[in-house]
Amino acid sequence: MISFGRLAKKPWIWSWIAAFVVWFATIMVTGGASTLGLSQAALTFAAFSIIVGIGQMFVITLGPGNIDLSVPATMTLAGTVALKLMNVDNSMVVPGLLVAVLIGVAVGVGNYALIKALRIPPIIATLSMSFIVQSAAIWTNRGLRIKPPAVLADFTTSSTLGVPNVALVALGLSLIAWVLLEKSVYGRWISAIGQSMAAARMAGIPVDGARFVTYLFCAVLASVAGYLLACFSGGAALNMGAEYLLMSIAVVVIGGTAVAGGDSNVPGIWGASLFMFLVVSMLNTYGIGAGIRLIMTGLIIISVIMLAGGRRTGMR
Amino acid sequence: MAKDMMKAVIEVDGARVSFGAVKALDGVTLSVMPGECIGLVGHNGAGKSTIVNVINGGLTPQEGTVASDGERLDRYNITIARGRGVRCVFQELSLCPNLSIVENTRIMHHELGGFGWRAKAAKVIEKSLDAVFPGHGIDSGQPVGDLSIAERQMVEIAMAFSDAGIAPRLVILDEPTSSLDASLARQMLDHVRRFVASGGSVIFISHILHEILETSDRIVVMKDGRVVAERPAGEFDHHRLVEAMGSVANDDAFQRSARELAAAPVVLKHQAAGLPFTARQGEIIGLAGLAGHGQTELLLALHAAQSNSWWPRRDPLVTFVAGDRRLNGVFELWSILRNFSIASLGDLSRGGVVRTADEAERGADWKGRIEIRTQDMDNGILSLSGGNQQKVLFARALATRAPVILMDDPMRGVDVGTKQEVYEIIRQEAAKGRSFIWYSTEMDEVRLCDRVYVFRERVITAELVGDDVNETNIIAASFEGVAA
Repeated sequence: MISFGRLAKKPWIWSWIAAFVVWFATIMVTGGASTLGLSQAALTFAAFSIIVGIGQMFVITLGPGNIDLSVPATMTLAGTVALKLMNVDNSMVVPGLLVAVLIGVAVGVGNYALIKALRIPPIIATLSMSFIVQSAAIWTNRGLRIKPPAVLADFTTSSTLGVPNVALVALGLSLIAWVLLEKSVYGRWISAIGQSMAAARMAGIPVDGARFVTYLFCAVLASVAGYLLACFSGGAALNMGAEYLLMSIAVVVIGGTAVAGGDSNVPGIWGASLFMFLVVSMLNTYGIGAGIRLIMTGLIIISVIMLAGGRRTGMR
Repeated sequence: MAKDMMKAVIEVDGARVSFGAVKALDGVTLSVMPGECIGLVGHNGAGKSTIVNVINGGLTPQEGTVASDGERLDRYNITIARGRGVRCVFQELSLCPNLSIVENTRIMHHELGGFGWRAKAAKVIEKSLDAVFPGHGIDSGQPVGDLSIAERQMVEIAMAFSDAGIAPRLVILDEPTSSLDASLARQMLDHVRRFVASGGSVIFISHILHEILETSDRIVVMKDGRVVAERPAGEFDHHRLVEAMGSVANDDAFQRSARELAAAPVVLKHQAAGLPFTARQGEIIGLAGLAGHGQTELLLALHAAQSNSWWPRRDPLVTFVAGDRRLNGVFELWSILRNFSIASLGDLSRGGVVRTADEAERGADWKGRIEIRTQDMDNGILSLSGGNQQKVLFARALATRAPVILMDDPMRGVDVGTKQEVYEIIRQEAAKGRSFIWYSTEMDEVRLCDRVYVFRERVITAELVGDDVNETNIIAASFEGVAA
């Protein structure tokens, strides 16, 4: 109980409470029969939002105006090109991953080049970049749907000790992100830049270097998520990234990260990603039609943000 | 006396305010009569800004009452205060930078509604600017963000004295001259006297004691949330005032030690407009001249030339102490400790990971050295008073290993005692071979420098060395070439 007071002040706690409440409400309906299945499905599908959400969170930390809208296109291109290169060959798994990461690096470099060299605001720069990337994906894909190598298809759809493998990958990446954000000098830099770019510059922080690395990191995480998602869903599709544009931003906001920048947290991404999946499955379980379901999803998200947001302004 | 018969414009009786465990006001009684200027002095964190907030209605005291014109006000807030003619000029500038001066005037004066408000507002603010700062040269259509910090402060002061229906009766000036140079400060103080002579009241807060002594009728000294002395200004002099504030006057601190530095190695060179700029090892270099004549720009240029925005420098040559701390100083979401350590993380980390134990240790060390008034360095930076925030920025720069320290008028809003301590630290560090490049709007600080560059219209017009560094020479050089 002593620690609960401190816990209640953490910005990410609301997304966890929301996720738990929805999870509980869903298994109650089914009388507890679906507990394991629901939890595993939630972890699996949340894993992809977590990976892209972390990248987006780092970019949003950089302060007002910073956002990466090229996430969906990057996912699609990385998935498409990697599967084409691997061509259902188990020995090509590592080169495929490398190519996916390289695509992420290229998109990140392109994004920051547009932002810095052409002085285009990030929202426009990454959107234009996403058109280029999406066109490249269409050009390579040409309507073909190549299956992933058997090893990868197995890996992404199975579990270790009951925990889905993709969730374990997301956990590993989250730990790295947590260390970067909370413990490293780089984490301090991006938080400082998000609060005041002018002050960060005068404190001797390499502002351009830190921002560049952040856009790079976001694009690489998006391409890794695209690679895993393509393998998980049995092949790359041109619209596979589409839902992750809104998702990557929503999980950051619901997770309690300050939209104005400078104050972020990794645990919130987990709570929010689980919540986003669980809300949809809860409404499905209740047998609610698609139209109402979308409206309900929107309303629930808004109320969680209001709860979390109201508490945070009180803290300051 | 006739004044006793008059009713006080504002009377605060026994006000107590505490923020958590900190007692900001511990039973303060203060009444402001029409036609008097009260000088309010005290160290940073003595409670000056808190009593001001009680008087302007921004803060309701937990105990105590506020009365105006003899009637007790049970409900008192900013709107009621403004309706009674209470105006405030804040230490932290409060204009909206994205709006023009005229638009800001409209926001301040609710009376300026309806058709043609722009013309009315322009007339109101221009009239006031002309009255307070004759020959100011500020265009009221400009966005506030384009003004220099001195011009912003001038607009803010003029705003407080402007009359758009409800005449100002009590104007509170919280550190109004901190960004103004001597001639502008003179104009403002003259206006204060004119305003008081016409029956208005002023509460004047400043750390520049001679301004307080010559402008006020009555001086109130605060310490630790209490009024410790309250007497007519005539009964104080500089020495007694400092004594009443509780710090030991140290006239020696204003004496510059004569040092021979011409042979010391040059650490920094810059081809600015006008005379070339050089800095030698161990030198304290002053940048003087009227406010906003290119001194800050030189500091920014020096900083930009020496830093790399893509890759951190292992041994940075320069570090920077901000004067406009909200613009390029503090990180508002962070704790005091993080604000302090951000510039020296290179020394406090291994393999890119911050060693928090070392960070906390160094923070505690500097908290003691520069007396940052807080119980816990993990408290938010905004929990500190303005002067204490400035001390944190000072500690941030001094804790780095950079041999050259650039200072952009960093003593704004810092109290006398702290200033003396910081001057002493600067002297010690300079003796160890560090160089200081110091832009200051205060003559006392410029006189501490070994060498002074005087600016005029963004050009270095004069260089004064050693005994030539004095008020007469600096003022003469500041106004040279006005005709051109």
